[in-house]
Amino acid sequence: MAVWLDSRSRIIVQGITGAEGLKHAKRMTNAGSVVVGGVTPGKGGQSVDLGSASVPVFNSVSEAMAATGANVSVMFVPAAFSRAAMCEAVDAGIPLLVAITEGIPVHDSAFAVSYALASGKTRIIGPNCPGISSPGLSNAGIIPADITGPGPIGLVSKSGTLTYQLMYELSDIGFSTCVGIGGDPIAGTTLIDVLGAFESDPATSMVVMIGEIGGDAEERAADYIRDHMSKPVVGYVAGFTAPEGKTMGHAGAIVSGSKGTAAAKQTALEAAGVKVGRTPSQTARLAREIKR
Amino acid sequence: MDLYEYQAKELFAKHGVPTQPGKVVTTADEAFNAATSYGVPVVIKAQVKTGGRGKAGGVKLAQNPAEAREKSEQILGMDIKGHTVLKVLVTPAEDIKEEYYASILVDRSQRKYLAMLSLAGGVDIEEVAAKTPEKLAKVLLDPLTPLSQQQAIDLAQRAGLSDSLHQSFADLFLGLWRVFSEEDALLVEVNPLALIADGRLVALDGKVTIDDNALFRHPEDAAFADAATVDPLEERAHEKGLHYVKLDGDVGVIGNGAGLVMSTLDVVSYAGESHGGAKPANFLDIGGGASAQVMADGLEIVLSDPQVKAVFINVFGGITACDAVANGIVEAVNLLKVQGKELKHPLVVRLDGNNAELGRDILRKANIPGVELVDTMDSAADRVAELARKAA
Ligand SMILES: Nc1ncnc2c1ncn2[C@@H]1O[C@H](COP(=O)(O)OP(=O)(O)O)[C@@H](O)[C@H]1O
Ligand SMILES: [Mg+2]
Repeated sequence: MAVWLDSRSRIIVQGITGAEGLKHAKRMTNAGSVVVGGVTPGKGGQSVDLGSASVPVFNSVSEAMAATGANVSVMFVPAAFSRAAMCEAVDAGIPLLVAITEGIPVHDSAFAVSYALASGKTRIIGPNCPGISSPGLSNAGIIPADITGPGPIGLVSKSGTLTYQLMYELSDIGFSTCVGIGGDPIAGTTLIDVLGAFESDPATSMVVMIGEIGGDAEERAADYIRDHMSKPVVGYVAGFTAPEGKTMGHAGAIVSGSKGTAAAKQTALEAAGVKVGRTPSQTARLAREIKR
Repeated sequence: MDLYEYQAKELFAKHGVPTQPGKVVTTADEAFNAATSYGVPVVIKAQVKTGGRGKAGGVKLAQNPAEAREKSEQILGMDIKGHTVLKVLVTPAEDIKEEYYASILVDRSQRKYLAMLSLAGGVDIEEVAAKTPEKLAKVLLDPLTPLSQQQAIDLAQRAGLSDSLHQSFADLFLGLWRVFSEEDALLVEVNPLALIADGRLVALDGKVTIDDNALFRHPEDAAFADAATVDPLEERAHEKGLHYVKLDGDVGVIGNGAGLVMSTLDVVSYAGESHGGAKPANFLDIGGGASAQVMADGLEIVLSDPQVKAVFINVFGGITACDAVANGIVEAVNLLKVQGKELKHPLVVRLDGNNAELGRDILRKANIPGVELVDTMDSAADRVAELARKAA
């Protein structure tokens, strides 16, 4: 078992004929994920070579789903076209849409995320995220598949490389599912969504949560953990030294006035009983202690 | 990107939000001329990208052109919360009856838009929200449907705005909505939204934040950027497509991935606690690629910060392979050497993840004086803080 992504996942790549889409379709296939096709409007009927197999390209997500039985789409479409691509995937009723694209206008993400929520059918992970990986089962996105094997830790993070760092530090214990929810102001899947999924996933016995400055998702997650989680959670928050009013790489990573500081997030998490590490390595040590 | 008040008001005017005429000037003499041309009392307003200018003495009434000159002299060059006043807005003084607050913003946690109105405007709205939340009316807007006239009137009703103003408020607020949606704004705020003596509602102040990710849809917004207040290193990094934020410490930081770089800044600061207060000098995310050219550009910018005494390159190879990063570092040092820029400060490198051992080997073999490999992020931070202090 794992969360949202497992051995039954059949993946299509939106934007498969682009450089990034193709590269990662190959990587996912090499990592053992089942990539069954791709979508590029206007290139339907072509096929692309993923190394071990050649897969068909379709003009639309609905055609791709009908022909291949796909239930996951990983999107690498350029930012300017992402809103249309996301809405198309929602219209097709794909259960899981992993939006990797960085730099999507906030109004476009707000629209697409609301559209998906209103459909009641599609979960969007991202945008501006590394994707989701259930080690040993499937990998949808750009998270390297060889950092860690399966195990009992569930990981949720706003950051790509910090996800990899923690996966690496705790690779001897292993992970059920790692979810990168992305660093944009509007996320299709929230920290709370992932925490809830880990709480009810039998394969997950503890959770590592990586947050960063900006917004109040960590504070809300803290409330959720206090009220709804029985499994232990270890936390990390990046950005204690970030100055006010500056965007730190991620569009959502900004301290506005006194809001969104790392200190406030740490305080909220600790008040909810979450052990919070000062550095990624210390966070890994805290997780290790709980495991023992 | 935050806009100046006068830029926000340009967008207001474009979308039919009632505001006042104004002239932006940089000298007291120009302010004198502007006031002369209006022929009425004017207000001199500091143009800085921060609120609370009034309280800080950055907004002053001038009865005549001579006073306009005098007040502008006082305001120009002033420091408001770390922002130097380089321009002032000269605008006719209004006879204000009441001051309201109105805004539309992206509500991250609800993943919707939030429209707000309060009759208790003019002052710090965060204080109103904290102390008397009942005085701040809020309506959540669905991103799938544009703001309706009815929603605007509902908001007016909830805020307790007098009935006679509902229609003009709704018209004005629909204009603010057009600024918000058509200009790809993350925040549109009017404080005060003034009820003036002749009974009209006018936006006397304006704050607009534009979504940088949407600039491709608004090429004309490039005119809003102003070089005067941008750090020159940030400007140069931006031109090279690097995400760089200038801080004021002595340890240059280069890493891959926004989260990891933010974390690196923190870890360097912690290490600094036991090394004479060494602090990060910058945020620099070289992203996924990390080619030699990107590394060279990054190093060049970080090293041209005169405060920098040592540099920490912190990379976790995910998609990026560490051998490519190591080659990038070696080539970057060579590229800089060719440009006559010798490596004048120590470089502490930590490589983990994809092909880390290969990468470390490359650096060991290259044996560049001043380049040190350290195993973990925490100990590398400790080492670089120590080196920065030694050099200071
Ligand atoms: N054109 C004007 N006429 C009269 N009073 C003004 C005018 N512009 C601003 N004020 C007064 O100055 C106060 C502060 O100005 P404002 O533009 O809101 O700056 P800030 O919000 O930075 O303090 C306003 O609340 C208002 O009372
Ligand atoms: Mg104001």
